[in-house]
Amino acid sequence: MNFNSLYEKPVLFAIASVVVISVGTLVTTFIPLFLPSTQPISPLVKPYTAVEMEGRDIYIREGCNNCHTQTVRPLRTEVARYGDYSKPEESAWDRPFLWGSRRTGPDLARVGGKYPDAWHYRHMANPQAMFDKSNMPAYPWLAKAKLDTSLTARKVKVLGYGYDGAEVARQLAAFRETVTAPAYPSAQVRSQVTPAALQGEITELDAMVAYLQKLGRDLKAAQGTAAGSATAWAAETKNPYAGSPEAEEEGEKIFKENCRGCHGEKGTGGFGPKLATTAHKFGGSDADLFASVAGGRPGGMPAFLPQLGKDRVWKAVAYIRRLEKENR
Amino acid sequence: MTNGQRSDAIVRGFALSSVFWLLVGLLVGLWLAAEMIFPALNLAPWLAFGRLRVVHTNGLTFGFTLAGIFACSFYMLEKLTRTPLAFPGLAKTQLWLFNIAIALGALSLFAGWTTSKEYAELEWPLDIVVVVLWVMFAVNVMGTLVKRREKQMYVSLWFLVACVVTVAVVYILNNLAIPVSLAKSYSAYAGVNDANVQWWFGHNAVASVFTFPILAMFYYFLPKSTGLPIYSHRLSIIAFWSLVFGYLWTGAHHLMLTPVPEWIQTVALAFSLFLIAPSWASVVNGYYTMNGNWDMMKSNYLTKFFILGITFYGLQTIQGPTQAIRALSGHLHYTEYIPGHVHMGTMGWVTMIITASMYFTTAKVSGREVHSVKLANIHFWLILVGQLLFTVTLWIAGIVQGAMWKAVNPDGSLMYTFLDSVAAMYPYWTVRIFGGLLYFAGISVFAYNLYMTSRPKTQAV
Repeated sequence: MNFNSLYEKPVLFAIASVVVISVGTLVTTFIPLFLPSTQPISPLVKPYTAVEMEGRDIYIREGCNNCHTQTVRPLRTEVARYGDYSKPEESAWDRPFLWGSRRTGPDLARVGGKYPDAWHYRHMANPQAMFDKSNMPAYPWLAKAKLDTSLTARKVKVLGYGYDGAEVARQLAAFRETVTAPAYPSAQVRSQVTPAALQGEITELDAMVAYLQKLGRDLKAAQGTAAGSATAWAAETKNPYAGSPEAEEEGEKIFKENCRGCHGEKGTGGFGPKLATTAHKFGGSDADLFASVAGGRPGGMPAFLPQLGKDRVWKAVAYIRRLEKENR
Repeated sequence: MTNGQRSDAIVRGFALSSVFWLLVGLLVGLWLAAEMIFPALNLAPWLAFGRLRVVHTNGLTFGFTLAGIFACSFYMLEKLTRTPLAFPGLAKTQLWLFNIAIALGALSLFAGWTTSKEYAELEWPLDIVVVVLWVMFAVNVMGTLVKRREKQMYVSLWFLVACVVTVAVVYILNNLAIPVSLAKSYSAYAGVNDANVQWWFGHNAVASVFTFPILAMFYYFLPKSTGLPIYSHRLSIIAFWSLVFGYLWTGAHHLMLTPVPEWIQTVALAFSLFLIAPSWASVVNGYYTMNGNWDMMKSNYLTKFFILGITFYGLQTIQGPTQAIRALSGHLHYTEYIPGHVHMGTMGWVTMIITASMYFTTAKVSGREVHSVKLANIHFWLILVGQLLFTVTLWIAGIVQGAMWKAVNPDGSLMYTFLDSVAAMYPYWTVRIFGGLLYFAGISVFAYNLYMTSRPKTQAV
């Protein structure tokens, strides 16, 4: 066959084009569909609960993936900022995947368990109230919408999570029980953002918060709290910046950007404990305060050492000391 | 009405549709740019950034670009085959269905019907409409090619055929999903595979919408508007086959350093670097075509659109592969550098070529000269300066942002919080809006000029 006749036969040309585009497709996309490395299953990674799945669908509906990624890369600074890098098995239940392509906001792959629910309720309602410079949209309407669960059982079936409609109903009832109970740890903030008529229902925001709290949690639970980190600051007992006005001033800046959202303006308390006091919840010595800020505390206090470093943690502590004095 | 007049009306209809969706898409883009700085502008659910961004990308990719491709393709098809469109009635139906589909698509995205997969966000009912539209287009392309009177198919027609088959394959395979309601479906793939299939699609949607048909226009309208034959037919053969072969391997360069298997990333990186060659073959072919006639940059108002357009294509196809290199991806991915890269391609290359090609075709099918060369020149300079201000600003912003994410103190802790890196972006985002406004002004001039060119002559009945 004269090769040039290809340019005279449109149907043959179209077939040739399909063959040419098929080679790369076959090797890089089709064959990998069946490889174990693209579909690892880990017993540690659990499917979503019915409520988490509905929250995920709201995350998709609102296009959160347009500004937030969900994949931590194996880079030193990225692991320090977000946590352990993402593993393939963590996405095993994700249809669709939500890794994203742009970080206008921070990565969320490890956000589960980082903050208490109350943090999310307040932040979703009004991000700028917690962080001046944030450009995240407020989502007040999520708390004003009752979660539509009419398709939940069907969705769970299609997604193959391995539990039935009765289990879906049980999960929904149990979740509603939990978030509407007066004993729910974030009850106060939830009631502030949720309209009276929906206080006893599951709202879209409830589901969204449940989903965010699931992200990365299975892996964190499997790894446990990082062993050895407790000793990393065992030697930190005395604040090298004690009484330094410059350090206190810098500490104030650090406080405004990182702490104010939970602990309130001037540390007067929010859904995080009051700091302008000498009666600190986890102890008031320099070593105690350092340990609280650096390593976090149960009940929602995140660890700030990886982000701030020793130096700035001490400066924040110096500012907390000033708040104590001002409050006296 | 003769077949010729009918297809003239179709070309004009697609050209004007294209301009309409271009204006809408850019207005949405300006609003988004403002939301980045003033979050209070997220006034309602349908106006919130997460939903609106998708209207912007889909509106411009499928509304503006596809309509421009349809307009210019139907025109080129008839001229290059010396044959009237095989099914003009079908093309007319396609015009109506297309605009209805884009409008419904925008409404559904406003309402939050989305699959979340980039450039494939439309939910399954609209996916089906898109496939129907594409089949209608393919039938006309292949039908006219089969009936053609010109023996040899010119390079523009090869790219057109490649566009038709590649869009069909990648669109259908990536959108496979299981519906649970009219507004909701779940991807047929999970996790790593879903990511890999999606970016195989995402990258080749770029190839087959923003590259193949735009190159088709370049190879046809540059010689047509200058009267100069393309420099090398042989070079265009090499460029075509190696480009079409190489593109399909590179999707995973969007997934560097993610949980996708490392070998897929590395293969994608290798082919990304390889693609510089065929991309630049077209650039060189364009430049050499002008050899000895560079004065046309000044004397012929369309030449500068095509030459600047192919220049941005050349820059784009160097920048893209460098971003695939792991070390650079580690610094630049997820930052503003990437929107900067994308917008050089779309605002520089794609829009330069489409708007110039539409001046040419609209003038021809309306049986007149372009309404105003002076306005076309103003349009050119406004979109050139607007685009450069926009993209260069975002590249710098992205490099700064990546550096802030990676900066560490001597004790190994991070130097900046994430919020610090957001705060540092505000000045850049402000400059970006000014770039966007200049660009929008240029496109408004274009829209007016094209509309005036498209008005049918009153005496012709």
